[in-house]
Amino acid sequence: MPPDEQQPESKETTLTAAPERTDRHTDGDVLEDVLEVAREQVLERGEGLTEEQVLRVLQLPDERVSDLLALAHEVRMRWCGPEVEVEGIVSLKTGGCPEDCHFCSQSGQFPSPVRSAWLDVPGLVRAARQTAETGATEFCIVAAVRGPDARLLSQVREGIAAIRADGNDIQIACSLGMLTQAQVDELVEMGVHRYNHNLETARSHFPQVVTTHSWEERWDTLRMVRDAGMEVCCGGIIGMGETLEQRAEFAVQLASLSPDEVPMNFLIPNPGTPYENYPVVEGPDALRAVGAFRLALPRTILRFAGGRELTFGDLGAKQGMLGGINAIIVGNYLTNLGRPAAQDLEMLDDLKMPIKALSQTL
Amino acid sequence: MNAFCSFCGRETDAADHTACARRLQLIDPPRFCAQCARRMVVQVTPAGWTARCSRHGEISST
Repeated sequence: MPPDEQQPESKETTLTAAPERTDRHTDGDVLEDVLEVAREQVLERGEGLTEEQVLRVLQLPDERVSDLLALAHEVRMRWCGPEVEVEGIVSLKTGGCPEDCHFCSQSGQFPSPVRSAWLDVPGLVRAARQTAETGATEFCIVAAVRGPDARLLSQVREGIAAIRADGNDIQIACSLGMLTQAQVDELVEMGVHRYNHNLETARSHFPQVVTTHSWEERWDTLRMVRDAGMEVCCGGIIGMGETLEQRAEFAVQLASLSPDEVPMNFLIPNPGTPYENYPVVEGPDALRAVGAFRLALPRTILRFAGGRELTFGDLGAKQGMLGGINAIIVGNYLTNLGRPAAQDLEMLDDLKMPIKALSQTL
Repeated sequence: MNAFCSFCGRETDAADHTACARRLQLIDPPRFCAQCARRMVVQVTPAGWTARCSRHGEISST
């Protein structure tokens, strides 16, 4: 069915009135309310929550989620402003990846139905044009690889030149796996302004998710990207069997990287992957994660990415946008489909959230 | 009537494909040819998708 005929169901998460605003230890000691602490620490001073504080946010009862989202929205408005950064992404090289990231339908190690495909340069130019036409300021070129080889980098170089020759001045990001210093330098020279490389999950949980490379190898690439002057885009996926403690750990590990952007994905249990039978993240849990990540990362671009269609539906996505999110991927993803771009742009219009203009990013 | 489910590749009358239909409606392009169940080469782009079966040709979102 074409994307413009999709009818995602509405899944607004019902949130009830807030009860007494204190937490209690089992011995009866009253803990200070974590949202009151966050109001002073994060909203007033711009200082992200600690791991322990993030955990307390993730443990808030359903009745407090609306308070959390309201505060996270205030934090986003105070430290990031009202604009929403819109991005489109495309898969330049699909499938056949040698790595074993357990969530990924593009791994060649699992019996996924996703077959290998390469997008040619004219196709890449069309995808960039379609993205720019939505008003997006970012276009991310993605490849399912451990790291880029000479052929892939050559294709990226040719593609960027062709996008520019098409009169398209959209900012170009790349996500090509782990890099060497020479490859980092080459991407900088090509004019790539932001590099995506997700840590995916907490360091303590990563070995359960990926065994063919380490969290530290990913960190090394991110460090080189930062040192070379590219913007760092680094996030992950919620719902891969991590505990709430590990979710808090992950938020704080991301904060320690000071990324320019954090994309938040919610697991899509894809056929053939080891996680194909994992449950979809429940709406309230996902909203708690959104709010908690905003309170851990007050100044970062926090982007709604893959999986939100399953986890949130239409109305839940609005709640996220009013709960700390200030960026969005519009249109389709790499192997999964998203909502039609026009639907998300209409949502932003309804929410009176202006789209960040290209001139503001240069 | 399609002979095979485009999401899971099984015969359409051999199982309940309600969950498959939901995935196809929400977030998935077709992965299997509805006529022969071959895995298709699928390219997703920001505004659409194409899916090519080596026997039955290409279909697209447009």
